[in-house]
This record gives sequence, structure tokens and C-alpha cells, in this order.
Amino acid sequence: MSEAVMVQGLRFRWPGAAADCLAVADFRLAAGERVFLRGPSGSGKSTLLSLIGGVLLPDTGTVAVHGQDLAALPAGRRDRYRADHVGFVFQLFNLLPYLSVLDNILLPCRFSPLRTRRLAEAGTTPVAEALRLAARLDLDEALLGRSAAALSVGQQQRVAAARALIGRPALVVADEPTSALDADRQQAFLDLLLGECAAASAALLFVSHDGRLAGHFDRVADLAALNRADAGAPR
Amino acid sequence: MKPRFGLLWHLCWRSILNRRLSVALTVVAVGLAVAMLIGVERLRGDARAAFAQTISGTDLVVGARGGGAQLLLYSVFHIGNASNEISWDSVQRIAAMPQVDWVVPLALGDSHRGFRVVGTTAAYFEHYRYGERRSLAFAEGRAFADVFETVLGAEVAARHGYRVGDRIVLSHGAGADGTRFAEHADKPFTVVGILARSGTPVDRSVLVSLEGIAAIHVDWAGGAPIPGLSIAPEHVRKFDLRPKTVTAALVGLKSRIAVFRVQRAINTDTAEPLSAVLPGATLQELWNLVGLAEQALLAVSALVVVVGLAGLVAVMVAGLGERRRELAILRALGAGPRQVFALLALESIAASAAGIALGLALVYGAAALAGPWLQAEYGLAPSLGWPGVAELRLLAAVLAASLLASVLPGLRAYRYSLADGMTIRI
Ligand SMILES: Nc1ncnc2c1ncn2[C@@H]1O[C@H](COP(=O)(O)OP(=O)(O)OP(=O)(O)O)[C@@H](O)[C@H]1O
Ligand SMILES: [Mg+2]
Repeated sequence: MSEAVMVQGLRFRWPGAAADCLAVADFRLAAGERVFLRGPSGSGKSTLLSLIGGVLLPDTGTVAVHGQDLAALPAGRRDRYRADHVGFVFQLFNLLPYLSVLDNILLPCRFSPLRTRRLAEAGTTPVAEALRLAARLDLDEALLGRSAAALSVGQQQRVAAARALIGRPALVVADEPTSALDADRQQAFLDLLLGECAAASAALLFVSHDGRLAGHFDRVADLAALNRADAGAPR
Repeated sequence: MKPRFGLLWHLCWRSILNRRLSVALTVVAVGLAVAMLIGVERLRGDARAAFAQTISGTDLVVGARGGGAQLLLYSVFHIGNASNEISWDSVQRIAAMPQVDWVVPLALGDSHRGFRVVGTTAAYFEHYRYGERRSLAFAEGRAFADVFETVLGAEVAARHGYRVGDRIVLSHGAGADGTRFAEHADKPFTVVGILARSGTPVDRSVLVSLEGIAAIHVDWAGGAPIPGLSIAPEHVRKFDLRPKTVTAALVGLKSRIAVFRVQRAINTDTAEPLSAVLPGATLQELWNLVGLAEQALLAVSALVVVVGLAGLVAVMVAGLGERRRELAILRALGAGPRQVFALLALESIAASAAGIALGLALVYGAAALAGPWLQAEYGLAPSLGWPGVAELRLLAAVLAASLLASVLPGLRAYRYSLADGMTIRI
């Protein structure tokens, strides 16, 4: 089974910036591995996630997801690859406010027929899977028909998790998904997310600067240690 | 394979529903603008048709030597005055030409409460045609048969509430309302007929016989009553009431083929300087004069459409700022910048297409509702048919403009989604 993420010899500099933002020699996520990535604010965590999503391309080096070098794909196929293999959960405002909760969860299947096909192979349908995930993530079925704009923040995050997981992507990327939640809810959400990723055998890359959550993960990575950009490595 | 159009349409539709009030308002604005543009274009065509059909079935209009447009204006539209009359002899000479089928003389110069009096013969009711060769119809009564009988146009009767049997007094001269003229008060006319509306200047005419015109002037000389001379109506009939001059004459030919030959013969008449004009061609000339105003109206309407579309773009672009995070979510879900562009452009296109459809619906609805009234009041029959070539061209231009306008929000969203990527900016 191919690695969920492989970053090698990566350098990335924002256009117009004076210095490199990221210089990562080697960073990997095994299939199904759950990694906690920490780093101070502004250290380039979100930037790294954009590179893994294929929304940004490295200046040098390789970013491969699920065995595919992203830079080798044309732009349209790269967007499609992200839809097929990566689920995202962000800190806030994950949902399209004009769609119902159910439609939000189903959206990845509409963008990616491959996700629908995987579900069909597993003998289920997108709607059935959405209902199952919602139940697992403690979302009342009565919520599903509601507008996404009507949910509490905690509910929104759980809907976002269901949306990231539907159709069994190889990788779930979560960018500080708990920072808008209070401590109790943080723990509950994290447990649900970890459990569901394990059940779907998806790798999880979980970004946070809150080290207290790190204990539940297979491994903790520190971007400050990984990133050689500030070390003045020769360009 | 890119995410299918169906997905984009689904998102577009839900997003529009979510902002239905502001989108509906812009759709209404575009709809009204389009209705105005198409309505003006359609009325323009219909007005031209109605104008061109003020008189039909008449092959030549004959008057004193002068400009063709002027002749048509005073003889048919009752605008302005003839500088010269033509002699009754000339009328009879024309009537005697072998190619001529009929002649309807017109004697103008008197008025009744601001409406022109037209002295003519009963043949007028038979031969005057308008529109698609429609003849004048009587709403009430019959044609005049006696010296002091009159037939009123629909507008004249409606304005003053005249009915058959009423008696009216004619005034000398043909000025605007309110000016006092010498009145032929001693010789009132009895209304014997009222014409149905035709939407032509006939509606605003008081029709009497040529003998009637002569009768009210027997005791006049040089445009004023002869002092001390007053001849009672019952005695007037003893005088020779044959006209000596008339203002103009409508001429019908046995065959249209002869029209240029007859025209030339009349124009080169040696006994009297006459002009004969083809009404159709001269109406076209006159319309071209009026045409400048309608062009201006059309240009203003086009401008209103531009304003409507600009409003639509403004609403879409203004909404984009709040939607940046929505674009970022779409990017994370696998949408490319091009799909983001397509989504936003699609929203604007859908809104302007709805506006165009609404505009057309308004035009047809208004034409169906106001059509009968316009027809009766102004002789304008708004056509309910499919859009003509000119309208289709305008619609295509509006559609092209709206497509062009839709590019703007799309491009803007494209730029945002490139700059933001998946990063959610608030
Ligand atoms: N769109 C952008 N254009 C230019 N520079 C950017 C852009 N996004 C981020 N940066 C810069 O890249 C650096 C890393 O930013 P990034 O958002 O990756 O940090 P982070 O580790 O996610 O921080 P935080 O924990 O606060 O979210 C910052 O210095 C930031 O200014
Ligand atoms: Mg960040």
C-alpha cells in the first residue's frame, strides 16, 4: 500500500516573499497513519497543507499523495485528484451556507465519482453512507435537512468531518478543526475524528498548535524541526 | 473528467435561492430595462406601420404646386395650411382622365372647436382607406346627404359628447383651440353620423359636403362676413353651391401601373400648377423626419439596459467579498479555478437570462392587455407575433452584453480563488 503522503526535498516560497516559507527535506505519512503536526503560528502549517492538497505547487522537490506526484498532473487533474483522495476539515466555516446539511456531506461525491464508486463497491450509496457517518458523529437525523447556516459551531465541525470522510479518501487533513470548540467538545470531536479515520482506514494529518491534543496520535511531528527554511539552507 | 455541468448548475441555483431577494431585484431591473428596449422597438415598428397605413388605397394625392410632404401634411394629417387651392375645373379634368377610377375632393379651412372641418363628397366614405385597406365604418347614423348635415370623427364626438341629431356650428379658420374665430352661427349643421375609431386623422375631422362649405360662405367675402348681408339657411339652397375651388383631392386609379404616367400628366398640367404625390412614398419620407426621435428613444432604452446589467454585475461582485470563504471551500472540495469562474459567471448569466425572459413576458403581457386600448386610442395595434429580425438582433445584443457582463464576477472569483487557494479568509 502506498504512503498517504510523501514530501521530499520541498522548497516553497510565496510569490513576492523575500525568503522561503518552507524547506522540508523529508516528511511522510504511512497509509492509515495518524499524525499530529504542531508548530507556532505563522510557521507554514497551512501552507504545507495547501501543498499536500495540490492547490500550491513546490518550487523544488516532490509532494506525492497516495503514491501520485502532484506536480506531474495537469491542473484540472490535480484538482480532481484532491477531490478523489483528500478530505479537508478547517478551523471554521467549513460548510456552504446555502446547502442543507445532507447536501454538504454529499458534496464530495458530486465532485468525485470515484468516491461514489468506492461506496458502491462497499455495497452502499452516498446517502446511506452520509446517514451512517452522521449517526456515528452524533448528528441528529433531524439536522440533516436543515440549512447548514443554522448549525452550532460544534455541529458544523462534525458535519465537516463527515464530509471529509465520505467515500473513503486515503487522507484526511484537518487544519486546527478544534480551535473554535471548548475543551470538552474538543476532546469529543477528536475522539470521533480519530475513530472514524481508523474505521475508514484513512490517514489523518491533524494540525494544531495546541500540544495537549497530541497524546491520541500515532506520532507527533514538529514543523519547526522539519522546516529548514529559517536555517539559511543554500538555495 | 471535470465536475459536470449539473453540479455547477445545482450549486448556482442553490446559491441564487439563498440570495433570492437581491437577485430577484436585479432580475426585475434587467427585466424592466429589456421590456423597455423591446417595447420601444416593437412600438416603433408598429407606429411606423400605423403611420404608413394612415392612408391606403389612394394612388395619388393632388394639391397646388408645392412640396409633397407639405401636401400630405395638410391634406391627410390636417397639419398646417395649403398655400394655394386648386380649381374645381382641375378636379373635374383629373376625374375625366381615362386611367382615373375615382376622385375625392377635400375642402379644408374651417373648424369646429379646434377640429378641422373637411368638405368632401359622399365618395369619401367609400374610397378613403387606412391600414390593410380598411374602409371607414359608421358607429352610428349614416353619411351626409344634405347641405347642412355633418358626419363626425370618433374623437370629435367623444370629446364633446355629440350624438346623432345634435346641431353644431362651424367656425371660419382653422386655428388651435381657444382662439376666437368668426362663427357661422346662423347656419348650424345637424349630426347625422358618427364614425368608428380608425386611429387616423379622420377621428379628429368634421365631415360635411362641399355644398355645405359653399353654403356657409355665400354671404362671406375675403374671409369675413359681408356687413349687412345675412342669408338665412332656407334661402341658401337657391344659390349655386357648386364649389369653385378645393384644397386637395384623393385620386384612385383603375390600375396602379398607370400611377407614374398620371402623376406626370398632373404635374405637367398646363392649365394650373398642380402637384401629385404617391402617398406611400411620401409617408416614408415624412417618417424619416420623425425617425430621429425614435432613434433617440431606442438609444436611451439601450442605455437603460446597460444600467440594468451594470446593477446586476455590481450586486454579484459586491456579494463576492462575503463569498470568498465559500470559494475556498469549493477549492478544497476539488473545484478548479475555472470551475469557480464558471459557477460565478453562470449565476450572472442565469440572472440576466431570467431578466430577459421577464422583459419579454412583460412586453407580451402589456401588448395583450393594453393592445385594444392602444388600437382604439392611437390606432396602434401592438403586434403579438414572434420577435421580428430587429428585435431578435436587439435580444442577441442584450444577451451578448450580459454574457460579457457575467465574465466580470467570474474573473473576479477566479482571481480570488487563485490568490486564496483553500485558505479561508474572512
Ligand atoms: N496567500 C499568501 N500569500 C503570501 N503569503 C502567505 C499567504 N498565506 C500565508 N502566507 C505567509 O506564509 C507564512 C506561513 O503562513 P501559514 O498560514 O502557513 O501559517 P500557519 O502555520 O498555518 O499559521 P497559523 O497557525 O496562524 O494558522 C506566513 O508568514 C504568511 O504570512
Ligand atoms: Mg494555519
